[in-house]
Formats: sequence, C-alpha cells, structure tokens
Amino acid sequence: MSGSPSDAELIAGCRAEDDAAWTLLVERYARYVHAILARAYRLAPRVAEDAFQDVFARVHEQLPKLRDDAAFRPWLAQLTRRVAIDALRASTCDRTDDGELIEYLDIAADDAIAELEEALTVRAAIENLPEQCADVLDRCFAREESYATIGAALGIPPGTIANRISRCLARVRRNLESRAAASAPSGWR
Amino acid sequence: MNERRIRELLGELPPPPAAWVRAAQELPRARREIARLAARAQADADVRESLLADAASALRDAGLEPAPRTVAALHARLWA
Repeated sequence: MSGSPSDAELIAGCRAEDDAAWTLLVERYARYVHAILARAYRLAPRVAEDAFQDVFARVHEQLPKLRDDAAFRPWLAQLTRRVAIDALRASTCDRTDDGELIEYLDIAADDAIAELEEALTVRAAIENLPEQCADVLDRCFAREESYATIGAALGIPPGTIANRISRCLARVRRNLESRAAASAPSGWR
Repeated sequence: MNERRIRELLGELPPPPAAWVRAAQELPRARREIARLAARAQADADVRESLLADAASALRDAGLEPAPRTVAALHARLWA
C-alpha cells in the first residue's frame, strides 16, 4: 500500500486479513479513541487502557459487518462512546448520583467529540506537511515537549524552534484554507 | 481558523501510551496465534495441560507479549 490510503482502503485490507492495513488503521485512530475515553468521558488511565483495547477488539470483530465504509469514523465514535459508558457503569456502584453523572458526561461528550472531529481535520492537514514540520508541531503541541527536548530529538538548535513552529503553523493554516476553499460551494468563493 | 486555534486543536489529540497502541496493533496476530494454540491443545491433551500450566511462555514463544488480556483470552479458548 503506497501513499496515504483512505479509510475504505484500510478497511478493505483489514477484511482481507492484511495486518499492515490493521496496523495503519489503529495508528490513524488511536489518538481519537484515546481522547474520547480519557478527555470526553474522563476515564482513569487504568480504566481507559482496558476500554481502549476493548474498542479495538470490537472494531476487529465487527469490521466485516460494517455496511458503509465511508461511515467508519462516526461508527467508531459511537462504538467508543458505548464502551466508555459501559466502563463508567462498571466502575461505579449503582447509586442514583452516579447514574446522573454518567448521563451528564454523555451529554457533555457531544461537544467534546465535535471538538475532536475538528482536531482530526487539523491533524490530517499536518500529516500532509513535510515530516520535519509535522514532527515539530506534534512534539510541541500534542506531546507538550520542551524546546530543549525537541531540539535534542530532531538535532536542531533550540533557538531555531520557535521560528520553525511559526512557519509550520502558517503552512497548516494555508493548507486548511485551501481545503476549505476547495470544499465550499462555488458561490461562496 | 487562526494559528492559536490550530495550536489548541493539536493539543486535543495527544498520543496514547505506545504500549496501548502496540497491543491493539498486535490483535489480529494474537487472535490467530491463540486459535492455533487452542487447535493444538484440542488435538493433544499434554499440550493442553502444558498451556494451562504456563500460557505466558507459550505466548512468548509465539512472539506475543503475554499481557493479562492475552493470557485470559487463551485460557478462555482452552476452557471453551
């Protein structure tokens, strides 16, 4: 498989028992699943770890039955939400206020997941940048590494990192703008 | 979208621990190896006894990390 395969191509590979396709599919969506569990539903790390494995186990089992490959992402989000709610129920004690808390978290998760959808769009834009650019942005903002750590890892002087980040952010913004322009109805341009 | 918003959104998707991702990526191979070991156990009672006594070593020999979830999955197949 060359380039950046679509979700539908990866799913077709997974159905054909291509382990490389599965590896890429997990890599592509690991952050999204983790963020839904740990950020939207605020699962504790140990609970989130089990839930994370459970989500991908269910994806692996149920993928052959997925009817619309283009709907993979919303299907995955829904599946992850169900796993998160099951994990919350299993870790509470059937008290009424626990039930209310779960209900509250589930409603609040709608907004959090909408934000994550937007974050995935930005991630897709940085993955189209040269590797050095994508790497420096990921290390700085997603991994929250210091300039010293980034400099050591990438072999660049820490004093040049702020400039590089600024240039890379401008490229992401332009990339997002051109995607938006390409997808807008012609009357809006 | 301005650059401040881009920075915020990049921060929304930190990576999960690498071990979690590796375990999820190994899942298809783990399932195949567990099925293979279970088939051997079904055909040979000694193999079954040995797997029940030390599932972790058998999984390691098959190139898998004997995580509790993987060991439990093998035990479940052996008792099925």
